[in-house]
Amino acid sequence: MDAILRSLIDGLLLGFVYGIAAMGLTLIWGVMNVINLSHGSLIALGMFSVYFLFTGLGIHPYLAIVFTAVMGLLLGMLIYAIAVHRVINAPHLSTLLATYAVNMIILGVGTAAFTTSPYNVDFDLGSVKIASAVVPTTRLIAALVAMLVAGGLYLFLKYSRLGRYIRAVTDNRDAAEIVGVPSSQILAFSFGLGTMLAAISGGLIATFFPFTILAGSAYELKSFVIGVLGGLGNAVGSLFGGLILGVIEGLVPMAMPTTWTPVLEFVLFVLILLVRPTGLFGGNE
Amino acid sequence: MKFLRQHTSLWLSLAVLLVMGLWPIITGNALERETMFTVLRSVALASSLNILLGYTGYVSFGHVVFFGLGGYVGFYLIAARHWSLWTAILAGGAAAGLLAYLVGSAILRLRGAYFALATIGVNEAVRAFINNFEPFGGPTGMTMNFKVYKAYGGAGAALELSFYILVALTILVVLISYWVRTSKFGLGLLAIREDEDAAEIMGVVAPSAKTWAYVLSAVIPGMIGALFFFKNGTIEPGLAFPLHTSIEMIVMIMLGGQGTVFGPILGAAGYEFLRDALLVSPFFKNMQLAISGVLLLIIVLFIPRGLVGWLRQRSAKVRRWLI
Repeated sequence: MDAILRSLIDGLLLGFVYGIAAMGLTLIWGVMNVINLSHGSLIALGMFSVYFLFTGLGIHPYLAIVFTAVMGLLLGMLIYAIAVHRVINAPHLSTLLATYAVNMIILGVGTAAFTTSPYNVDFDLGSVKIASAVVPTTRLIAALVAMLVAGGLYLFLKYSRLGRYIRAVTDNRDAAEIVGVPSSQILAFSFGLGTMLAAISGGLIATFFPFTILAGSAYELKSFVIGVLGGLGNAVGSLFGGLILGVIEGLVPMAMPTTWTPVLEFVLFVLILLVRPTGLFGGNE
Repeated sequence: MKFLRQHTSLWLSLAVLLVMGLWPIITGNALERETMFTVLRSVALASSLNILLGYTGYVSFGHVVFFGLGGYVGFYLIAARHWSLWTAILAGGAAAGLLAYLVGSAILRLRGAYFALATIGVNEAVRAFINNFEPFGGPTGMTMNFKVYKAYGGAGAALELSFYILVALTILVVLISYWVRTSKFGLGLLAIREDEDAAEIMGVVAPSAKTWAYVLSAVIPGMIGALFFFKNGTIEPGLAFPLHTSIEMIVMIMLGGQGTVFGPILGAAGYEFLRDALLVSPFFKNMQLAISGVLLLIIVLFIPRGLVGWLRQRSAKVRRWLI
């Protein structure tokens, strides 16, 4: 019983962090119908950013995540301007390939600079006891930060002027343009927000897991699964999707070898795409 | 003469393939043959995917799954069941075709990016499954007993034989691709690409046409997978299902021109020669991936029709004979 509880809590905490990553993916999809295939490498960049700010400059990891978030926002806007804006109205193949090209560039430069050997943020806060389960403090904080970011994003989209602009562009780009919303800038900003979420989740993961420059692709695939579970374009849904995935990852190893987890995840992924392409919680929100 | 003029694209394609196929004999160099093997493999894979991506307009991001599955089935039959190479290649193609039929009937209902995501999911699911499938060796894969090659006159002769089988398979793909492009079936696919709903109203039975296009584009990669891993001697999940190979296939098609017969041949050969050149240069060796990325970005942003498409757009004369 204790073991189940422990796995469950472990999975839930991790699920929040996955949820943030997926939220970045699904936000971009929701606003501009672009699947960002550079998502994984942006998560990896977030990990490395925290690593270098902490190990190189001695900045506290959680403060480093704040810097990482700002850099993620700017980098995302830059990527949008260079690679995405020109093909934003072209068929899906173009945006898929353009973002994948960005992915190749980041991974290529990253591999040359950091090699593919594993890195580790040497940072430990001990562990805390939740109910009868003992979990590392870094994971608990990561989950709290993820909740905070998700809540902040929700409020931002709901109540701020910029957030309203983003929702307007999501609903109808042409109409938003007519009433004076600068849609190109809003699209760039939304892409930046999605990238920021990827970078934050990467930074959080780096505080408790070792990583390589290629580590992001696994989290990108998880983000796809979560995004589809929660409904592509539904930001709140992706947080729940993250929790579901976290629970699956926590509980499956109790019943069968861990290596079967990805089989279940991807079968679930394809099935949901087929049966309910709008996800468990409905489509654009 | 008229016959020659009517099918210029086909003759051009076959002539290029023939030169590639005879290149090892012309140069008499085994190393050249291995280089050419890689190029021809890419030509065949890209031309196969083009049937789905270029003609039908459905973007498969996980096409390598058919190559990998065919490879595993063929390898298992040769190594563990002692089948001959010929039947194993056929079985690899059949397995890939069957998977395409089953999966295709389901996921081809999805459109646009949803279909692309589903193909990634299928590739990852099959890879994860084979990682756990003990008869296929699980995560460590399988190795071929060296004695197997004796039946083909030793390892050296087996390599040479594999090359000529590949040449034959590549010619087969190009013939299929040309047939599809010029047939009524292919016209239906092109109509689906332009506007699926309109095509259905005009009498194209889209679900079955799409499924058969998917199967056609999967069979030859399955056969090549069986051949490739027979020649390779070992197989493991990481080698058989690399996601980036799927995307390289798309890059080659884009480079040459999607939806044309000659485009994928040109694109695949160009891509492979370029990569070779980058790999041997000491400066670019580490940056190879980044440079491919920049190249892809430039193509997508500025010449989305690819080389052949660009030429066709430039002049009506070219459009008449080059497809």
